[in-house]
Amino acid sequence: MRYVPLLLATLLLAACGKSATDQPSDSLTVRIGAAAPLTGPQAHLGKDNENGTRMAIEDANAKGISIGGKKVHFELVSEDDQADPKTATIVAQKLVDDNVSGVIGHLNSGTTIPAAKIYSDNGIPQISPSATAVAYTHQGFRTAFRVMANDAQQGHALGVYAAKNLGARRIAVIDDRTAYGQGLADEFIKAVTALGAEVVSHEYTSDKSVDFTAVLTAVKAKQPDLLFYGGMDAQGGPMARQIKALALNVRFMMGDGGRTPEFIRLAGDAAKDVYGSLPGVPLEKMSGGAEFAKRYESEFKQPIQLYAPYCYDAVNVMIAAMQKAGSTDPAKYLPALAAISHDGITARIQFDGNGDLKGGAVTLYQVQQGQWQPLETIGGQ
Amino acid sequence: MPNAHEAGIFKRQRRRILLAAILLVLPFAVDGILGRGWLRIVDFAMLYIMLALGLNIVVGYAGLLDLGYIAFFAVGAYCYALSASPHLALAFPQLFPDGVHLSFLIVLPAAALLAGGMGVLLGAPTLKLRGDYLAIVTLGFGEIIRIFMNNLNAPVNLTNGPQGISRIDPISIAGLSLNATQRIFGITLPSVHLYFYLFLCFAGLVVFVSQRLEKSRIGRAWMAIREDEIAASAMGINTRNLKLLAFAMGAASGGISGTLFAGFQGFVSPESFSLMESVMVLCMVVLGGMGHIYGVILGGLLLALLPELLRHSVLPMQQALFGKTIIDPESLRMLLFGIALILVMLYRPAGLWPSRVRRRELSSDERPDETA
Amino acid sequence: MEIFLQQIINGLVQGSVYALVALGYTMVYGILGLINFAHGEVVMMGAMVSLSALSLMAGLPPLVSLPLSLLLAVAFCMLLGYGIERIAYRPLRHAPRLAPLITAIGVSIVLQNLAMLIWGRDYHSFPQLFANHAHRMAGAIINDIQLAIVVAAFLMMAGLMLVVHRTRLGRAMRAVAENQHAAQLMGVDVNRVVSVTFMMGSALAAVAGVMVSANYGLAHYYMGFLLGLKAFTAAVLGGIGNLRGAMLGGLLLGLIESLGAGYIGDITGGFMGSQYQDVFAFLVLIAVLIFRPSGLLGERLAERA
Repeated sequence: MRYVPLLLATLLLAACGKSATDQPSDSLTVRIGAAAPLTGPQAHLGKDNENGTRMAIEDANAKGISIGGKKVHFELVSEDDQADPKTATIVAQKLVDDNVSGVIGHLNSGTTIPAAKIYSDNGIPQISPSATAVAYTHQGFRTAFRVMANDAQQGHALGVYAAKNLGARRIAVIDDRTAYGQGLADEFIKAVTALGAEVVSHEYTSDKSVDFTAVLTAVKAKQPDLLFYGGMDAQGGPMARQIKALALNVRFMMGDGGRTPEFIRLAGDAAKDVYGSLPGVPLEKMSGGAEFAKRYESEFKQPIQLYAPYCYDAVNVMIAAMQKAGSTDPAKYLPALAAISHDGITARIQFDGNGDLKGGAVTLYQVQQGQWQPLETIGGQ
Repeated sequence: MPNAHEAGIFKRQRRRILLAAILLVLPFAVDGILGRGWLRIVDFAMLYIMLALGLNIVVGYAGLLDLGYIAFFAVGAYCYALSASPHLALAFPQLFPDGVHLSFLIVLPAAALLAGGMGVLLGAPTLKLRGDYLAIVTLGFGEIIRIFMNNLNAPVNLTNGPQGISRIDPISIAGLSLNATQRIFGITLPSVHLYFYLFLCFAGLVVFVSQRLEKSRIGRAWMAIREDEIAASAMGINTRNLKLLAFAMGAASGGISGTLFAGFQGFVSPESFSLMESVMVLCMVVLGGMGHIYGVILGGLLLALLPELLRHSVLPMQQALFGKTIIDPESLRMLLFGIALILVMLYRPAGLWPSRVRRRELSSDERPDETA
Repeated sequence: MEIFLQQIINGLVQGSVYALVALGYTMVYGILGLINFAHGEVVMMGAMVSLSALSLMAGLPPLVSLPLSLLLAVAFCMLLGYGIERIAYRPLRHAPRLAPLITAIGVSIVLQNLAMLIWGRDYHSFPQLFANHAHRMAGAIINDIQLAIVVAAFLMMAGLMLVVHRTRLGRAMRAVAENQHAAQLMGVDVNRVVSVTFMMGSALAAVAGVMVSANYGLAHYYMGFLLGLKAFTAAVLGGIGNLRGAMLGGLLLGLIESLGAGYIGDITGGFMGSQYQDVFAFLVLIAVLIFRPSGLLGERLAERA
């Protein structure tokens, strides 16, 4: 019995040896880290991110890029952060150990924020394809960037659309008390109140709820003409159904968390005419966008889930900065990254002083004939 | 005879020195062989061990099933987050224009006290409750605390709600920041190493306190309560105060662990303090061996490292065998925990590494029916 | 007024859902004095199995497929309940109190993750088989499924009362609840009675699962956990071990939640809002346990006889 711990410790050490790293000496190998939840409830989104990143790296290798006179081979180091803040800092440290030149990730704001500190401490540029919390780029780290409109930008666009284009005056808001839903809803509220609309009701639910009748009835009492939900599709779908069942006669609007095929499936008939948004310009309108979608589907045998195009852009922006600086050394190409202007498949990418996307275009969509149809793009150049 | 006795002491002492030496070089070994990422995992494992030892006082010694234990971890974490970050500047710009930046050495005891106080607060009304009711009530308390942390960003932005608090000051002791590489006596110590030694000190402290408590009057009284409360109070044990003390001690340990967590991580948000974490810590205590310090340490170590091990073994194995992932290691981990809980309770109720006393108690425990 | 009435209806429907699940908790607790933590997961399993059965029988007319799938779910859950009791609880019947509670947590984790492995992590949409008519009462709306849930909850309670108080089996149950040892000496097969109790509770759980899924149009591996917790609260509120108490507790809790979520913002002037909806349930639970541990209607099954 006494030896059990010792035995376990040895097993442990044996089980997880450091992976050997052989590098071909003739060409320069540059490692790019990727971090997203590859297991757990958000694995499908994490895999999607990994796929997008991988495609960009394969493309770059196929093109044969030389930086500073040397032929460069890019290598993907993918880590699983399980959407957990603790694990995120662990994998961030692992990526640093693996000498990556830059990191694409993480997926969630809750993981991106603590991991950013480790990348910053080690001077490694980080581009998040999907973290939208404003706090991420406002921690004072020079290494933190994102290629996605943040909550403030998206919430603002949604608010402008609701108050101006749809002419809503009495607005109700529900949020799911997650970092994403609450952040987006707060920015939405700021935008609509600035445009003179009134928030008549602000109710809350959780990301595990299924019954929204009580809050929806409370909303109904205030007779709003538009209801905004800050949250994900899994709650948005049932919510749309219950809105219909309660004969609550409002226009229903969500952010990118609700603008998914899953929402339409869960909401059934109630999905009709619901509004949603997605940062960036519709893929089919960007050069190379439609082609990317087609290639993605043929390579991974599934449609794009959500953020793969942003990951693709993130890698390309990073490589473009390396080319511009003529170096893959993080310290040398970081200034070039901050000053980059790159035409991606989701938008023209330029960063502001914080590392946020300049302009931050957001496209509004509506469910028509069982499909999300783009209506209008707000912001961007 | 005296010789043999002396030899025994000598042997024990030698073992202690050996253990200390191993622990001292451990960070360098882990860093050298596995990499710094793994050292970070070990650091987190130390935090979990502290949590498990704290819960062991409540569950293992006093026999009070607490399903909301992670709340005290959260209290400690938020305590440090609020008193060592720019966050409070948002809520009280006049009072704290730059936020609050108290020293770790001041916050730590305060956090331990506060968490301990919360423990008493939780314990006081629930004293009369029987085991299963107590479990549910503590679960409720744990959830309530999490829900409040998730929502106290309005009307006054106290906790920043679901967004969490970022930019927490790294821990620094006597002007020595643990966030940077330091050179001490000519040895280069990177940040993760420094944190390891800090956590080691506190884990050692918790172990020491637990050990002393276990052998003291208090510890024996707790165990008497655990075995038979009525008999214990008939023997003149003040069951009320002792139960409260158990809650307070356990909670204080959780609070210390939480403070360290916040300083190490630099970011706290309510999602780190979910019910599942409470269950995890409980698993550590139960699987390792309720009431046995070394068992609990083993449990904590196993369960904190298991997810990593699974991830590095199950995924490649499935890829090699079937060419794709059939069972997600994350769900496999939970499945294994669940099965382990059942099996341990059925076949080794005293845990994987039980204490001798407890083993004796449980093996001769064929009490007649008492459900009536 | 219309809004208030609607909130009452919301509360009654939600409360009936809690009551359906709480009845199962109370049955088991009444007989064994054991909190079957895994009960919520059995509810979830019932919903999932019926969903799978429905999708297998997609071609059949709904009048055939719905009852069939319900039967399947009930049968499956009865087996499951029997299995859980046999494996995880029976060997520990004389062990210290902590032990079965911990295995119960284990069972709950196992079932949840098994369900996740089998059915995946996605939310499954539950097909709408019948036209779900909405009825208007003074401006408030209630639809067919919601009515069915309320009626079902009352029917179930009445049925269980009949079984417990008017049959031979019921008498055996009450005897076991009173004193296992004495019951055994009187010739009651304790193990059989306990197994049957578990199977009855699980059958109820299956029915509850199907109704809940049909109502929300959703099934999900995680749906049982919070529901189980709330239902447990309801059972405690009414007086755990007491069938009428479970019903009363469920309805009360549903009303507290919906009225709380609907009006707390107005009452506290916006200081607290519906974000504290889940807190109400836990606060009620804690308050009841501390001030009136026997619940509103008090005593266990046995003492009611």
